Amino acid sequence: MSAGAGAGTALGGLVGLGATLAPATARAQELRIKDATTTPSICPFCSVGCATLIHTVNGKIVNIEGDPRSPHNEGTLCPKGAAIYQLHLNPNRATKVLHRKPGASDWEVVELEWAMDRVAELVKKTRDETFIERLPNGKLVNMTSALFALGGATLDNEFNHVCQKFWRGLGVVAIENQARI
Amino acid sequence: MAECHPVAFRWPVKAKLNGAKLIHIDPRFTRTSALADLHVPIRAGSDIAFLGGLINYVLHSPRWNTDPFFKEYVANYTNAATIINADFKDTEDQEGVFSGLVQFTEPPFWPYNGLLGRYDNASWQYQRGPKAAGPATKDLVARRAGPPFDDLVRSLRPGPADKDPTLQHPHCVLQLIKRHYSRYTPEMVERVCGSPKEKFVQVAEALLANSGRDRTSAFAYAVAWTQHTYGVQIISCCALLQLLLGNFGRPGGGIMALRGHAAIQGSTDVPTLYHSIHGYMNAPSALRPHETLRDYLAAETTPTGYWGNFPKFMVSYLKSMYGAAATPANDFGYDWHPKILGDHSHMAMLAAMAEGKVKGMVVVGQNPATSLNGTATRRALRQLEWLVVKDNWLTETATYWYLAPEVKSGQVRVADNKTEVFFFPSTQIAEYDGSFTNTQRMLQWHFKASDAPGDCRTDSWFYHNLAKRLKKAYAASTAPRDQGWQRLTWDFDPDPGEKPLYPGEISALKVLREINGYQTADPTQHLKGFAELKDDGSTTCASWIYCGCYPAHDQNLTARREPDPPGVPGAHLKWGWAWPANRRVMYNRASADPRGQPWSERKRWIWWDATFVNPPDPKTGVVPPRGKWVGYDVPDFGATKAPDAKPKPGSIGLDALSGTDAFIMKGDGRGWLFVPAGLVDGPLPTHYEPHESPVQNPLYRQQTSPVHKVWSKGKDWNPLASVGDPKFPYVISTYRLTEHYLAGAMSRWLPWLAELQPELFIEIGKGLAQEKGIKNLDWVVISSPRGHIRAKALVTDRIGVMNVAGKHIHHVGMPWHWGWMGLSTGDVVNDLTSWVGDPNVSIHEGKAFVCNVEKA
Amino acid sequence: MPEPMGFFTDTTVCIGCKACEVACKEWNQLPAANGGLGELSGDSYDNTRRLDGIHWRHVRFIEQFKGPYDGRWLMMSDVCKHCVQAGCLEVCPTGAIIRTQFDTVVIQSDVCNGCRACIAACPFGVIDINPVSATAQKCTLCYDRLQVGLEPACSKACPTDSIQFGTITELRARAHKRVDQLRAQGVQAQLYGAEPDGPLGGLNSFYLLVDKPEVYGLPAHPQLPTRTLGRSATLTTASAAVLGLLALVGLRKRRMEEVAADSSGAPPLPPSSHV
Repeated sequence: MSAGAGAGTALGGLVGLGATLAPATARAQELRIKDATTTPSICPFCSVGCATLIHTVNGKIVNIEGDPRSPHNEGTLCPKGAAIYQLHLNPNRATKVLHRKPGASDWEVVELEWAMDRVAELVKKTRDETFIERLPNGKLVNMTSALFALGGATLDNEFNHVCQKFWRGLGVVAIENQARI
Repeated sequence: MAECHPVAFRWPVKAKLNGAKLIHIDPRFTRTSALADLHVPIRAGSDIAFLGGLINYVLHSPRWNTDPFFKEYVANYTNAATIINADFKDTEDQEGVFSGLVQFTEPPFWPYNGLLGRYDNASWQYQRGPKAAGPATKDLVARRAGPPFDDLVRSLRPGPADKDPTLQHPHCVLQLIKRHYSRYTPEMVERVCGSPKEKFVQVAEALLANSGRDRTSAFAYAVAWTQHTYGVQIISCCALLQLLLGNFGRPGGGIMALRGHAAIQGSTDVPTLYHSIHGYMNAPSALRPHETLRDYLAAETTPTGYWGNFPKFMVSYLKSMYGAAATPANDFGYDWHPKILGDHSHMAMLAAMAEGKVKGMVVVGQNPATSLNGTATRRALRQLEWLVVKDNWLTETATYWYLAPEVKSGQVRVADNKTEVFFFPSTQIAEYDGSFTNTQRMLQWHFKASDAPGDCRTDSWFYHNLAKRLKKAYAASTAPRDQGWQRLTWDFDPDPGEKPLYPGEISALKVLREINGYQTADPTQHLKGFAELKDDGSTTCASWIYCGCYPAHDQNLTARREPDPPGVPGAHLKWGWAWPANRRVMYNRASADPRGQPWSERKRWIWWDATFVNPPDPKTGVVPPRGKWVGYDVPDFGATKAPDAKPKPGSIGLDALSGTDAFIMKGDGRGWLFVPAGLVDGPLPTHYEPHESPVQNPLYRQQTSPVHKVWSKGKDWNPLASVGDPKFPYVISTYRLTEHYLAGAMSRWLPWLAELQPELFIEIGKGLAQEKGIKNLDWVVISSPRGHIRAKALVTDRIGVMNVAGKHIHHVGMPWHWGWMGLSTGDVVNDLTSWVGDPNVSIHEGKAFVCNVEKA
Repeated sequence: MPEPMGFFTDTTVCIGCKACEVACKEWNQLPAANGGLGELSGDSYDNTRRLDGIHWRHVRFIEQFKGPYDGRWLMMSDVCKHCVQAGCLEVCPTGAIIRTQFDTVVIQSDVCNGCRACIAACPFGVIDINPVSATAQKCTLCYDRLQVGLEPACSKACPTDSIQFGTITELRARAHKRVDQLRAQGVQAQLYGAEPDGPLGGLNSFYLLVDKPEVYGLPAHPQLPTRTLGRSATLTTASAAVLGLLALVGLRKRRMEEVAADSSGAPPLPPSSHV
C-alpha cells in the first residue's frame, strides 16, 4: 500500500495504550496530542490564510488542525487544509538531490553541495554570455533576458524577497510566479 | 467560492442565515450554486456584458435616481463630475474601439510583447485648466535637483480638472458612462451571455435593494475573472458598478479577489513578477523615459494623493538593494538596477524560450510543464541549456524530459533533449519560519514545528547559498556590469549567537526586517510605518507597503494571534498585520458621509470625532486643533484631517486632497468610474468576445479587444481557432475542485485527497452527451487547435446549453489539476489552452476558449 | 455524568467539501482506500461511496435537476447515528461495543474479534471491517477528544457548521429552530432521528433534510435487526418495549466510569507570539 502515512498508523485511532482491561469495560483513550508541543502555523494551500496548530511529540508531527482563535477560520479547515499532515508524513516525498546530464536517460542522485556549485557555475556562465549593458540605441539597461526564474506564490514573503533581490541584483528581469497565470 | 475557498465561504453562509441574499453567476452549477439563493448561468467570457447590463439597469432605476445616498456618494467620492477631453471618442462612436488606437510594432531587441495594437490615451484625459507656473520638470531633471525631490514632484502637478457638479455636461464621466452602456439592456444581456433575462433582472433588483445608506453588497471573484483577454476590464467594470452603488470603503462592500495561493498576494506585493518592484512600483523599463533616477521619478510619480511620496519609497528601496554604496551622488545606485525590455511575463518568456532565446531556468514551487499550452511549453523547455526544479515532489516539470506524453508516444526522444536538469527537494510548511500574505492583504507568521527530511532545504536557503557562491565568484571582477551585484547587500545570515534552523539557513526575521525597513544609520531601529520614509537615503526599506509590520526587533506583528472578543464589531486588529498600516478595509473614509458621520448606524466603520483632543506635537509642542478619525479600523485617511479640510494650494501628496477625497491613492482623490490612465485597453469596460469564440460579437463590429496579446503568432505551436470554427463548436472553461490544488503537486500525492477525486473528468450537459452518444463515465477525447486529451465523462445538468446570439452553444468544463505524476494521474488539460492574454497583465485566457468533444 | 452528546447535521448548509472526511481520517489515522489509487465513480462528486471501516464520514451528493441549470444539488455528510437503541451493541457477542458516558456508541478495537455481527445488525450500513486492524470500525464520535473536552475532528473542521456538535438537548432545540426558519421560507425541511420517541429511541446523530430520507440513502423506518422478523404489530410493539428495557439495562451495565472531561489532556494553545 503506497498510502504508508495513513496505513502505518491506522491502528492509532481505536487501539488505546496501557494494560488490557476486562471486556465490556471501556477505558479512557490516551489522547494523541496529550503531551504534544503546539506550534502556530498557517495553511499553505489557498489564499484564505486559515490558521492551524501543529502538534509535535519529540519533533515529530502527530496532528495538525485548525486554530479556533482565528477570525478567518475559527478552527475549521477544508479537505486540503485537513490533509496538511500528509504533505509532511508521506513516503512519496522527494528528499534527495537529483541530476540529469544533457541527453542522459536517467537521474543520478548527487550531493547537495556539488549541485549548488554546479548551478552557481551555470548561472554565472549564462549571465556572462548574455548580459546586455546597453541597447543598440545606447540606453543603459544592465540586464539579461536569457535567464528565467519562475515560482513563488505558494512560498513565503521572505522567500520572494530573497528570490527577487538575488535575480534583480544579477540583472535578471524575468522573474515570475503563479500570480500571472 | 465554496469550491475553491470553502473556509472563506463560511462567512457568506453565516450571512445567509442572517438574512443576506446569496447570488452565484457561473457557467456551471457548482457547490457554491447549491447554497445560493439564485444561480444565474452565464456564457464564459461574457461578464462585461452582464456587468455593463447591471450598470445600465442601475443608472435607469427609480431607486438609484431617487435615493439621495447614491447621488451623494457618487458626486463626492467618484470622478462622475469630471469632464473628459472633447476629442475623446467612445466605442459607440467607432464600432467598438476607443479614440487613440494605433499600430503596435515589436521592438527588435525584445519582440515578445504579443500586442495586437496599442492605444495612445491622450484623448482619454481629464479636460484641464492651465498648469500653475513653476520650474519645469525637464529642467529639474537636467540639473539633478534633489533630494529632496519635492520640487520635482511639484513640477508634475497638472492643471485643475474641469468638473460639472450637476453631472449634466455631455462629456462628464457620468454622461459618458450612461451613453457607453445604453445598449446593454436585459435583452442584450440575455443575447450575449445566455443568461435568462428574468434572472438578470432579479440580480439587478437584489443589488439595488441591498445597496444604500443602510445596506451594502459585496462581489467576490476568483481567477475566473482574470483569465481573459480583457480580464482587468472585467474587474474594472465591477468596480464601476460598485462605485455607482456606493459599495466601496464600507463594511460588507467592495470587491473581494479570492486569490489562489497561500502567498500569492505576498508574491505580488514582494514581487517575484517582472513588471513590478516592491510595493507596486513599476520596474525600470527601456520602453519608458526611465533613463536616470529623476527621469524615472518624473515618469512614475503621481504628484497629488499619497503616491506623491513615491520618491521616498523608491530611494528607500534602492537603499535596501545597494546599502552604503547607494548615495545621492550615484542616484542611489539606480543605474545598477536592471531595466526590463518589454514583456518578460510567463507566456512571453516561453515564446522567447521556444525560439531558443532563454538558456537557463529556475522553477521553485511551480509546475509549468502542465501549464498553458502544455505541449508548446514542454517544447520550449526542451530548448533550455539547463533547468533547475525545486519542489516537494517530483513534479511534471521535473520529469517532463522522460515522462511527458510526447516522449512516451515516441514523438520526442529522451536522448535528443540536451537540457541539464536538477531537482532540489524542499521543505514543507511546518519545517520553517516565515510569513504568508493572504487574500485580505494580511501577513501571518508561521513557525517551524519539525525538521525536514534528507536534503530538503527551504527555498530561501537555495537562493541564499547560491548568492554566497556568486558573491565569491564575482568578488574579483573589475567589469562595470558586475558592480551592481558586488554592491548588492546580502545580510540574511542569523546574527551571531542565533542558531539557524538548518545549516546555512537564513534568518527569516532579518529578511522581514529588510522588507519592513530601518533607519539606515542604525539597523536595530526598525521603521514604525511608511510615514517615516525619506527620499535622502536615511531610511532603508524594501517594501513601503509592508513598512510597520515589524516595528521593533521584539515586535513581529505578523505573528500576533489575538482575536477580538466575541460580540465586538471589530476588525481583529491584533490578529496578524494587514498592509497598508494594518488597515482592514481600504479607502474606509468612504464608510462615513462627506461630513464624516457614519452613513447609518448599521454600517458604522470609521467616523470623525470633532471633540477628540489631540496631544501636542512632541517636536514642536504645538497643540493641533480638536478632531480625529476614530472607529473600528485604522483610518485610511489623514488621522486628523477634518472632513471640511480644503486642499493646500500648490501642494503635493495628501495635502493636495480635500477632507472628502476618500480615494487617497488617486491623484484626484476620487474613485475612478472612468479610467483616464493606467489601463492600456480602454477607459471604460466594453464587451469583447474571447479570442476563441463560437459567435460574432453581438454588440460591436470589433470582435475582440483590439489590443490584446497573442504570443508566437503564426507559429505552429500556438494555433488558434477562428470565430465560429465548426471544428471546435463548444465553449470550454477550466477550473479547480475543492479536493485538489493547482497542477496537483500538493494534492495528487496525498492519499486522503486523491481518493476524493481520483481521476480527471469532463463535465458535459445531458443534451450534448445525448447528441454525441456519450454516456456517464465513457472515455471522451477533447480537442482544441493545440491538441487533444482524454478524460472520463461526467454527464450532468449542472452544465449545459445556452442560447447565445441566436445559436445553441454547448458549454463544457474541465478541472485542470492533473498530470502524469502522483497517486492520481490524468491528461494535462492545459494542453488545450493557448498563449493569448490580457494586454495589461499578460494573464492567459484559460476560462473561455473553444473545443470539440467526441466519444473515444 | 455528562449529558448525552451528538451531532446535528444541517444538510442545507453542506457544501460537499469533504473536510469532515479528511479531518476524520487525519485524527483517527485512517488510510485512503487502496492507498488513494481510485477510480471515478461517476456518481456526481462522490468517490468514496459509503461509510465503512476506513470511511467514518461520507458525503453524499444528490443531483436533482429537471433540465440544464434547473434544479438543486443536495449534499449530506453521513456518519454513525449513535442510536439510543443500538443494534450493533445489542448483537456484539464479545461486548466490544459499548455505550460511553456521553451516550455514544464505540467499538473497542482490541476487544472486537471481527465476527461481523454488528455489520449486519446496523440498519444504516455504517460499520465495516477496517482492513488494517481486521476489526469492525466506525465513527467513535472522537471518544478520545470528548474525554478531554475537545470537539470531534469532523464538526470542528466543517467550514459552514453543517455538522454541529453539542448536547442532544441543545442540538434538538437548534434543529427545531432551523426547521422553523426554513419552513417560513417555504422550504420543506424535516428532521430525521431527532425525536426521542422515534425509531431506535432517537439518534444521537440526527439530520435536517429537505427531501425524503431515502433520497439521502437513509432508511425511512430504521429498525433493530430483531424487529425485522415479520411478526404482528402487537408483538412488535411488545418486543420493542422489552428490547428497550434490555437496552437500558445494557446501557447501565456498560457505561464506563466517568472520566473527568477536563481539557488539561490537550496541549495548551501557544500564546500570542511576539518574536
